[in-house]
This record gives sequence, C-alpha cells and structure tokens, in this order.
Amino acid sequence: MTTTQGPGLSGARQVAQARPNLLQTTEHHFCAGCGEPIAMRLILEVIDELDLAQRTIAVVGHGCYGGFVRQIDVDVLQCLHGRAPSCATGIKRMRPDSVVFTLQGDGDMVNEGLQEVLHTAARGERVTCVLLNNGVFGDTGGHLTAATVLGQRTKTSLSGREAAEHGYPIPVADLVASLRGTAYVARAAVHNGPAIVTAKRVLRRAFEHQLNGDGFTLVEILTMCPTGWFVSPASGGTYSETTLAGAYPLGELTTAPKPAGGGNDAAAG
Amino acid sequence: MTAEPYRGTVTIASERCKGCELCVVACPPRVLSMSDDVNEAGYRYPLLAPGCIGCSLCHAVCPDFVFDVYRFPLPAE
Amino acid sequence: MITTDGSNAGQREPAMPELYSGSEVIARSAIMAGCRFFAGYPMSPFTELLESFSKLMTGPGRVCVNAESEIEGANMVIGAAATGARAATGSCGQGIALMQEAIAESALNQTPIVVFNMARGQQDYFQATRGGGWGDYRTITLAPKDVFEAGEHTQLLFHLADKYRAPVLLYGDHFIAHTEVSIRLEAREFGPLHPKDWALDGALGGTGRSRQIWTWNSGKVLSPGPGPDEHWRRIGAKFEAIAAAEQRWESAHEGADTMIVSFGTAAVFVERVVADLRAEGHSVGWFRPITLWPFPAAALERAAAGASRVLVFEVNAGQMVEDVRLALPDRSRIASIGGVSFDDSGLRYGTLMDVPEIRARVVGALSRERIG
Repeated sequence: MTTTQGPGLSGARQVAQARPNLLQTTEHHFCAGCGEPIAMRLILEVIDELDLAQRTIAVVGHGCYGGFVRQIDVDVLQCLHGRAPSCATGIKRMRPDSVVFTLQGDGDMVNEGLQEVLHTAARGERVTCVLLNNGVFGDTGGHLTAATVLGQRTKTSLSGREAAEHGYPIPVADLVASLRGTAYVARAAVHNGPAIVTAKRVLRRAFEHQLNGDGFTLVEILTMCPTGWFVSPASGGTYSETTLAGAYPLGELTTAPKPAGGGNDAAAG
Repeated sequence: MTAEPYRGTVTIASERCKGCELCVVACPPRVLSMSDDVNEAGYRYPLLAPGCIGCSLCHAVCPDFVFDVYRFPLPAE
Repeated sequence: MITTDGSNAGQREPAMPELYSGSEVIARSAIMAGCRFFAGYPMSPFTELLESFSKLMTGPGRVCVNAESEIEGANMVIGAAATGARAATGSCGQGIALMQEAIAESALNQTPIVVFNMARGQQDYFQATRGGGWGDYRTITLAPKDVFEAGEHTQLLFHLADKYRAPVLLYGDHFIAHTEVSIRLEAREFGPLHPKDWALDGALGGTGRSRQIWTWNSGKVLSPGPGPDEHWRRIGAKFEAIAAAEQRWESAHEGADTMIVSFGTAAVFVERVVADLRAEGHSVGWFRPITLWPFPAAALERAAAGASRVLVFEVNAGQMVEDVRLALPDRSRIASIGGVSFDDSGLRYGTLMDVPEIRARVVGALSRERIG
C-alpha cells in the first residue's frame, strides 16, 4: 500500500524517484539496512544520467550483490570469484567503446581477487572497478576478510579482529592509487545523506575518466552490513562512520588524472 | 505539535519497507516515524508527519526504494 | 587442405610454403580462423606459442596480452569470448591445471574459449578429458599427431567452440611446439554458424531485454531464464549430443590380430613400429583417437573386433587405457605397454618415446601367451 500523507501531489514536482530507470524491480532480498542497494542505485543513476545504458557491460563477482545480476537493466557477465577485473579486461579490449565496470565485494576483490585488481590497474585498463566494502564475507554469513578492520567482530573473529592473530586489513584503494596505470581512485560511503551525495559524485567522476580513456578507475564504497556487524539496522550508518571509515578514510586518493596510456586496445592501429 | 506548512512531501511504498529506520535517523525535520502496524512482510514502515522539506535524504538512505520525493513551489495552505 | 607437396587440386592460387614451427603454425592458423584475443603466461614448452601470438596479433581489433598469471589470462579470455570475439589461451599441463575453474565456467556459462595445451613429457589424457573444474561438463579435445594436424585442428577448434558454445582444447606437446616444417597455410571453411545473439555488447541496456551471461542462467526479472536446474540439465544433454556427433579417429589394418592404440605424437612412432612389424609378417594394426573427448569408443570396438590383443601405448602411468577398457567388451585382451618416461630436464619425453623401445614392448607383448 503506497501512502501519501499531507496535501497530496497537486502542483508538486518530483525531485527523487524511488526506482532507478535501470533497475528492473525494486523487490530484493537484501537485509534491512544493507548499504549495497544504495550503492547499486547510485551506480545505475550515474549510468542513466550519463546516458551510457546502451554501451555498458557490467561484470559482477560473487557476494550478496550478486543478486543484482537479475535486476540491473544493462548487459551483465557474472564471473568467477575475484576474476571480474580480468574478465573486464577481455571485454574492454574487444569492445573499447563500451563502458565496463565491475561490481565486487571486499571478499571478492581484496581476498580472492587481490592480484587481479592490482594487475588490471597497473596495466591501466580503462575499466571502472567498484568495491562494495563492508568488511565481511556477507553472503556466507559474515566472515573475516582481508578488509575486516581491527576490532571488528565476525563469525571467524568473534572477539574482534586482532593484529597478532589475524593480521592487519589491506587498504586496497591505497595500493591501487600508488600504481601508475591508475587514473582515479576514490573512497566513499553510503552511511548518511552527505556521504551518499559525495559517493554519487565520485562514481560519476570515475566513469568520466573511463570515457576519457584516462586509465584504470576504482571507487570503493563502504556499505553497511548490520547483519554481519551484529548491530541493528538503524545503527549501521553510525558503525560505518565510526569503525569502517575510521580505518578507510573517505576521499579522492588520486589527484590529477594520469596521461592516457597503458593498455593498447583493439581499436589501436 | 503546531501544524507546519509543507514544502515537500513523499510517497511511501510501505510494502517494500524492511523496517530498518535509516530514514527516521536521516530526516532533518524529523517528520518520519515508524508505524505501529506492520506490512505484509511483517515490518513496521515509516509514516510522514507535517513539515517535510523535500530534501530527499530519506530517498538517499533507503535501501528498499520506498520513497518518491516531491517539492512544492510555495508553502501549501 | 593443408598440403606439403605443393598439390592443391586446381583451386585458387596456393599460398607459398614457409618454414614454420608448430607454435607459429598454431598461432597463424588461429588468426586465420578469426581469433582476435589471446592471453597467456609463459611456460615451457608453450612459451613460443605466446611469443608467436605476441608477434602476430597486431593491427586493428587484435589483442595479445602477456597475462600476469594463467588464471587471469583464462578469465580475460572468458571476458573476450563473452563479447562474441574468438578468443584463446594456453599453457602446458601445469598451467592448464590452474585454468580448470575457468574451463568449467566457460562450459557452464557457454562462452566459447579455445585452450592450447603444449604439454611436457607426459601425455596427460586425464587432465584433458576429465578436467578438474566443477560441474557436469566435458571438454572437446583434439590431439594432433604432428604440426600439420595441429594447424588444421586449430581452425576446426574455433569452429567447434562457436558451434557448441563450449570450451575446447588442443592437446599438443613439445614436439609439435618446436618442430619446424615446410607448410602451406590456408584458411578452411566450416560452414555457417548461428549468429552470436547472446554476446554482450551493451546495446540492449535500458530496454528491459539487456543480456546476461551467468552459469546459473536464471535470467533477469523481465526476461527470465531457465534457472540452474534446467540449464545444467540442458548442458548435460548438449555434451551428450556432442559426444555422438564429434568423434574423430584414424586407424589402419583393422582386423589385425594385434591392435595398438595411441594418441598424439606417440601415434607417429606407433605407426612406424607397425609398418616395420608388418613388413616382417606380423599381423599388427593401429588405432588413433583424434578426439580424446569424445572418445571414439564404437570405432575402436569395430577396429579391434578381430584382435586377440589390444595394446595401449601412452607416455604416462596408464590413463587412456581406462577408456579403452570401457570401450571393449573383452578386457582380457587389453595391456598397457606405455609408461612414465621423462628426460633429465623433466620437461620432455624420455627414452620410451622411441621406435626401438616401443617396438621392443610390442614384440614382448606378441611373444606372451596371455596378456592383460
């Protein structure tokens, strides 16, 4: 039942649309308070606003976000765990006019696929990797990843991640930003309104760098996982702001765009 | 509470809501509160009180595509 | 038709013969077949194939990536194939081992990829035909006996991969990779194929009919697919159909009292041993599966129907012999006369891959009353 309270819609103009144009259905099975649908919405809005839908090919890894392969209205390749950057490379080299992005969780990118993303970035492949980082393997029920922050409780670090036993988290965005093939890296979050606005802005910048042929782009989006974090959905945003963003500072990690180059593509003569 | 004019409003697809309450947390004029009854999935859902400014922060933070947001050019009578 | 003696049956002006290694023949044949993407990681004796592609895959639309690992290369190839391009990778068996997941993925999400195994000194029949990936899949495998066949098979494999939307494998080795031959390369025609309307190009984005390539094949909300159960059943059925339609083999002297079964390079040696023994009056013949999968079981049964001995020669600890046992009703006739044999480097066949050695083993088997 859709409710409208107050004066009704006569004379009103719509400023925000619930369902993005490129989402085939609003129904999904993500937990209450999950940040991934928010991030997905921003990506689809950016693709739509840049009028890229008919050039876009998405490469989706394995995680809760995998459910989106049924709902996003762009061409999609669902690939092996961690391998999205390599699949994206093959796609972009064969269709250099396409816009290629990957959708990966921290388990997918920072665990299974760490070398994939580093090599793809070093080669300057003109693809955009999107990391949905909630510091857990959400799809398997909430387990330690290479991105889990110190002190974070998961089912395989029940008393909280400790450096002596579990080692330190890997800030993959910093590693990628240090590579010369990388054109743009930003870390964003969806834990409150202002962060969401900024997240959409950096996503747009990343895609614009891809359109410009500047090189590899990465956007890391901290997403809430109240289930994996053992917190209530309503306090997921606060947990993300204090705990995750404390370990992964938000902002743009690269400054000027690198000169175009690295990665000869199929259109090169 | 004194009646305040609306500068904006939302439509709430309550059947989609999973009761996370992120919208309640996010709303600057605090015009959202959770219902007492539940939708078909068993979740409480947001209700809109007067005073919406159409800022669309509820739309921004909602994981479940619940809100369409509207603005009025002048305060409604 | 690839010829070595210059005859070309009155067709269009023949290409000039050139001296090429097997590695270069395979690369050139792949490019003739329309291969536009190759990714590989150097490992002996596959390395020269990567070098050949690197040298030859130039010009608009052609890409060769020296991948940072076999796994990355194989997944790049899946991505390239997903866009509809003809794409290939390869390695030796040790690297093919790393690609097992990708080969299975290609089978289950139906992206056609061509894989070249330039193997070391052991005929890894199991790896090629059983595979180590997850799921109910098979890998069409062609085992050329020499460089000429390797070139022909390469072109055929690109056709089969596209025809069936499945991974395919060329089983080569260091002899084929490194032997140079005088060869006239020509593009072959295989007939029309279904257009790749499943390929990803982005064009249907936003229309409600955007495409999806996924091992689960559940499709999208607005264009549902069959889902994993139905999809994987259909793939099983597809491989059954391929098994019935794509068996290839060669044999000589069917009805001989002793049949020797071998594949790949080993078959060249066996052929010579058989010729020598027949010249001395022995009743010997040979059977060579060209497709390791699907294994030509019925053809073998016919060829060996009159034989009291079926000898299996392969340079390994006994692999293809299992499929020979499955194919023949009377297993007591079957004996393995092959074995593991490496040179000191551990990279190449050892002393067993030699006519006198093989002959001695055959003669030994002929002289025994009971075998098996």
